[in-house]
Amino acid sequence: MSAHADIHVHEDDHGHHHKETFMTKYIFSQDHKMIAKQYLITGTIMGIIGVLMSMMMRIQIAWPEEPNVLFEALLGSWAPDGVMDADIYLALVTIHGTIMVFFVLTAGLSGTFSNLLIPLQIGARDMASGFLNMVSFWLFFLSSVIMLVSLFVEAGPAAAGWTIYPPLSAIPLAQGGSGLGMTLWLVSMALFIAQSLLGSLNYIVTVINLRTKGMSMTRLPLTIWTFFITAVIGVVSFPVLLSAALLLIMDRSFGTSFFLSDIFIQGEVLHYQGGSPVLFEHLFWFLGHPEVYIVILPAMGLVSEIMASSSRKPIFGYRAMIASILAIAFLSTIVWGHHMFISGMNPFLGSVFTFTTLLIAIPSAVKAFNWITTLWKGNLQMNPAMLFSIAFVSTFITGGLTGIILGDSALDINVHDTYFVVAHFHLVMGISALYGMFAGIYHWYPKMFGRMMNKNLGYIHFWVTAVCAYGVFFPMHFIGMAGLPRRYYTNSNFPLFDDLANVNVVITIFALIGGVVQIIYLYNFFSSIFYGKKSVQNPWKSTTLEWTTPVENIHGNWPGEIPHVHRWAYDYSKPGHDADFVPQNVPLKDGEEELQH
Amino acid sequence: MTALLTIIVLVFILVAIWQMVKIFDLAQAKNQNDETAGVATDKDNTINGYLMMGFLAFIYIITIVCFVKYGDLPLMSNSASAHGPTIDNLMIITMVVIFTVQTITQFLLHYFAFKYKGEKGKKALFFADNNKLEAVWTIIPVIVLAGLIIYGLNSWINIMGVDESDDPLIVELYAQQFNWKARYGGADNTLGLANVRLIDIDRANILGLDESDPNAQDDVITTELHLPVGRPVLFKMRSQDVLHSAYMPHFRAQMNCVPGMITQFGFTPTVTTVDMRETQQMQDKVLRINKIRVEKSKKLVAKGEDALERYEFDYLLLCNKICGKSHYNMQMKIVVETQEEYNAWMKEQKKFKNSLLKNN
Repeated sequence: MSAHADIHVHEDDHGHHHKETFMTKYIFSQDHKMIAKQYLITGTIMGIIGVLMSMMMRIQIAWPEEPNVLFEALLGSWAPDGVMDADIYLALVTIHGTIMVFFVLTAGLSGTFSNLLIPLQIGARDMASGFLNMVSFWLFFLSSVIMLVSLFVEAGPAAAGWTIYPPLSAIPLAQGGSGLGMTLWLVSMALFIAQSLLGSLNYIVTVINLRTKGMSMTRLPLTIWTFFITAVIGVVSFPVLLSAALLLIMDRSFGTSFFLSDIFIQGEVLHYQGGSPVLFEHLFWFLGHPEVYIVILPAMGLVSEIMASSSRKPIFGYRAMIASILAIAFLSTIVWGHHMFISGMNPFLGSVFTFTTLLIAIPSAVKAFNWITTLWKGNLQMNPAMLFSIAFVSTFITGGLTGIILGDSALDINVHDTYFVVAHFHLVMGISALYGMFAGIYHWYPKMFGRMMNKNLGYIHFWVTAVCAYGVFFPMHFIGMAGLPRRYYTNSNFPLFDDLANVNVVITIFALIGGVVQIIYLYNFFSSIFYGKKSVQNPWKSTTLEWTTPVENIHGNWPGEIPHVHRWAYDYSKPGHDADFVPQNVPLKDGEEELQH
Repeated sequence: MTALLTIIVLVFILVAIWQMVKIFDLAQAKNQNDETAGVATDKDNTINGYLMMGFLAFIYIITIVCFVKYGDLPLMSNSASAHGPTIDNLMIITMVVIFTVQTITQFLLHYFAFKYKGEKGKKALFFADNNKLEAVWTIIPVIVLAGLIIYGLNSWINIMGVDESDDPLIVELYAQQFNWKARYGGADNTLGLANVRLIDIDRANILGLDESDPNAQDDVITTELHLPVGRPVLFKMRSQDVLHSAYMPHFRAQMNCVPGMITQFGFTPTVTTVDMRETQQMQDKVLRINKIRVEKSKKLVAKGEDALERYEFDYLLLCNKICGKSHYNMQMKIVVETQEEYNAWMKEQKKFKNSLLKNN
């Protein structure tokens, strides 16, 4: 019951092969557009939980001594009389990180838009394997459920930080959360990795094999390039995390000593000998660092596409953009050691990783300058998606620049694991990727639901979020440089940090406003599904193939033949044409030259 | 309570925003057709174009406000170790580079967003590629980064290179959930062998020293870290249970403590605790902190609790790697003093062989 095959096309003009039941249409769907929506909705739910957690953490940091009804309501027995327990603070840190990085910004972002856009933009009826695609979503769903179930474990959910460094994560004696909570975390992540691998393989095969006639690799929109390369990075690095997780499970449950050695805890010597936690750090960051590019590359692709379309201008330096994506992908696999400068590994290795890390700034700078040049002399259509794209470039620059400090081993010594790091990665991959995701949602909402989102709500959502994001993370650099370590339940045990408390209150207020304003977005998103204005076929006047499909989503995407492609994806405002955009499926005019970009 | 009030206020703001949007929508509804519903109009472009300039101003203002208000918080020019100024200088140079790039690129981004805001009938410039431009903004970062890499790696190698020939004081930093111990090698400046398997709580051999090792006999175990000023120190770090990180921000020093292996970090303290307290910068900081503590104490006393103690500056060793429940309170006081004061303090400490309890 594969939906992708071209053979179906001529037999069936409407794309409906057979009657669909509720189950096959909405639940166990093999249609890539429905799977994309399933990823998006699941990711959104996980996102709400992740953001709520961060708001609780911010309240705790700003007003550590004060009981809070919110804690009492949400945390129950973990916040007796409304005072948060220290263990649960670490659990919030851990689960917030895990959910946001993996469940929202990996599956929610890449899962949604790779699924939605790959077949539509390359001109395919569906993914290479609709069945694998369905399995991959349901593994993701299962892994989300297990992660959420782990929140209700009596001894607490995993609380060793999203990096789950052993021995803390391996020994239940070290921490309540390292018991059943950590087991569930590991099971959930193993399933997550499986879904990610299935998804990635599907994306790679689809992009390579199912491009429509004329869609050469150098005519692909940059979105597809980033999804494709992201999938490749995922396939290369996720298995390493899986092996780390498996070895950790062995250490925890079967008495092996891969990561543990010479441990004396709570009055007893444990039997472990010969392992090393540093080995785990290497394995973890071999995925962990590419992971941030798995998060940010799809956002970059979405932003490139939206910027070109909304500027009514070709993306500047198409080939340079592809080259920088490839360079970033390659470098991303050889920089993981910059998370480990002070882990006890040989300082010489630190030098090597400093070198490779700072190199990554070069392709990143090229991308940033190309985006800025894309705006130059454009005709900018300030839709909410465009605003989020511009803000993406802004936070990517601000957050990326501080990476030059953290990637420099000598400077990292003093700011490692402080709030400086928190500010850096939240701006450069958290907020930026989130902006990319919002931009994508506002832009492709009409494609997903056939209706438009309310733009005025979108504007308010954007401006409040943009101000709050800087309000939260800009001052945070300063308390980090003042030496404040992250993951502290309260700072009141250090009078040295008393003068940072008021900064923390400012940050928390911005965080709360920024968090609450997302309700506007949620309202806009869900109410527009039913009450939004009906969309036209190509509301943003874009050139790419997804806008040649009918507004109503159909199985197989195009009712008739799949369009052929005659030009690259960025013929906006091309001289010699009346309209300011020429879709990819429009043949070249007599004597018209195709730019070889 | 404050938090609850904040949340309530936020909800009200939200409702207000909601109502405003409804009004906007109604106002716009009449001149909209199906083609343009939900798509930015020229008016939207203009408003958001101006807001982009406003946002640029906001970025600049928040930068300036942060530097003016919080600029004295960062540890930037008051390091207390010999290698500290190297790191501080590198930091300042990097910051200058970063803020130059930040100011220029943010300006270009937001100014273009304002300047080229869309108008009906206008056509954008078809400008797809320019190899010269690409080369320029590849080569400039290459040069700048090459400079930073060379400077950074030079500093890194100097800091991490341990020179055993200048007779450093050997000190073990021993981490456990949730406190620190320091161990000195005694007169021979040599640490005795140790392993957590040798820990014998009943005999008070809490760090697992090898009781038969002659080097261990005169070792001294303390709960405060005392360092003589001007003498290089080489820290040997151990952990007995989970990962910890020995973070000494004032000395620009940090290294993880890893169970099963010994890690090391060396530096030379250059400013005694007493001298540091007398620097203008530190006095300002302490004054500021004590003002805050007095305010807090007033509230506490009103609630019938004890007032906070007056704060006096001390160097600190903090745990900076998540290590469990009381991670947030894992600290040790560091005292940097003259050689004489250090010798006097050391004399008062018990040697390992004298600190053991007899087995019954």
